[in-house]
Amino acid sequence: MSPYLTAMLTSTATAMTENPGLMNDKLGIVYALIGVALATLLAGIGSAIGVGMGGRAAAGVLTEKPELFAKVLILQLLPGTQGIYGLLVAFVALGKIGVLGGTAPDAQTGLLYLAACLPIAFVGLLSAIHQGKTSVASIGLLAKNPSTFGKAMLLPAMVETYAILALLVSILTVSNL
Amino acid sequence: MKKDYIFEDARIRVMETGLLSKADFEQLLAEPNYAAAIAYLTDKGWGGPDAPKNGEALLRAEEKATWDLMEELLPGSDLLDPLRLTRDYQNLKAAIKQLYTGSALDPERLFVEGGTIPPADIRRAVEEQDLERLPEAMAKAAAEATEVLARTGDGQLCDTILDKAALTALLEAGKTAEDPVLQEYAVVTAVSADIRTALRAAGSGRDAETIRSMLVEVEGLDLAALTEAALNGRKAVADYLSLTPYASLSAPLGRSMSALECACDDLLTERIRPQLFESEKPGPLIAYVIARENEIKCVRLLLSGKQNGLPEEILRESLRNSYV
Repeated sequence: MSPYLTAMLTSTATAMTENPGLMNDKLGIVYALIGVALATLLAGIGSAIGVGMGGRAAAGVLTEKPELFAKVLILQLLPGTQGIYGLLVAFVALGKIGVLGGTAPDAQTGLLYLAACLPIAFVGLLSAIHQGKTSVASIGLLAKNPSTFGKAMLLPAMVETYAILALLVSILTVSNL
Repeated sequence: MKKDYIFEDARIRVMETGLLSKADFEQLLAEPNYAAAIAYLTDKGWGGPDAPKNGEALLRAEEKATWDLMEELLPGSDLLDPLRLTRDYQNLKAAIKQLYTGSALDPERLFVEGGTIPPADIRRAVEEQDLERLPEAMAKAAAEATEVLARTGDGQLCDTILDKAALTALLEAGKTAEDPVLQEYAVVTAVSADIRTALRAAGSGRDAETIRSMLVEVEGLDLAALTEAALNGRKAVADYLSLTPYASLSAPLGRSMSALECACDDLLTERIRPQLFESEKPGPLIAYVIARENEIKCVRLLLSGKQNGLPEEILRESLRNSYV
């Protein structure tokens, strides 16, 4: 561990031990920000992986059939929505915990924010990766038969259902805390 | 990070649309003559914009195009080396025989390109008796074949030694290959070779020990039983085969050698067909090369038949199942 990080953690621990009130005041926002960070990070990572996979498959098809650009681009972008959902939940939370607006939560409410962010964080990560894989398969289908675009698009779109469900749970919870 | 083959597989998905389908083979078969068959292929894009009118040149251009594509997709990779191994041994065979007979034939006619070792290197190693330049297994087989040819003058025995060495090397390469498709390829190729060897031995008067020494150990075949069957004739080989995992080869075996070869290629096609649905592994690339080589082999037989005026029913026997 770097000496700077060690020094920072030690001084934080010392300050909290010496002043329990400070710990209680700040812990809420720390928990909430962890939730915000997880929603943004995990859903974003999932989308980056998914869109990257789709992009590689799209590039392979476009090498031989450049006329399919618009169609494969749509399929490539489908796994990108999870990152946007994570960002959306993060913005709503930031608007309520005293960063972009609202008031800083106490420790218990902060934990509730953290819990509320978890569905989109984890479902976003995994669904984006699997949607990326399905998009790759659909791009292969499109490469063989461009007239199947509608069907090819529906298959990865089905994976989106679960990201939307997680988004609903996260956003409804964060909004109502 | 482990390499994925998403880009390569997606590109191959597009290339697969250019493979000849069953309908294309039927159409090719129905063409009235050699020139019309060539015209059909060039219309399908074979040979590119400056397609040669000569069938063999057209097929060579297609073979080269397939390997050029693989070189572009997998630069410097040894992934496909097992598919090229048999060409090395084929060139080794040519080099040893050329040295023995002193033939002055044009190397282009004797040697094939596309192996893992340049034909000129193999030729030089054999001519200069510097076999250590070759891979160990190949050098050992070359030394044995050269010695046997010099001692007995039996070209067939020399071929047998090198063919067996090629299959052993192929099976070994298949076992350690990155993708199981190569193992399937190695196993089916070895099974096909063993059955053909047993058929040739049936009725040849060879003894059990000689026949057994010509066969390669491969999963699914009991070599002692196959040798026994070979000693008892063609029907016994077919009967034995019907009891193995390769029972589908038993009926074609009873018809003719070309029907058997066709059935072996079809068996391989069946085994590699799941690669049509794979999108991240190297399997589709390997399967594409195998499918392309089978396709070119089939077209070569059809063109040769058309050139020699063979009737449609005889040519139909050479038709392979399409991969797509």
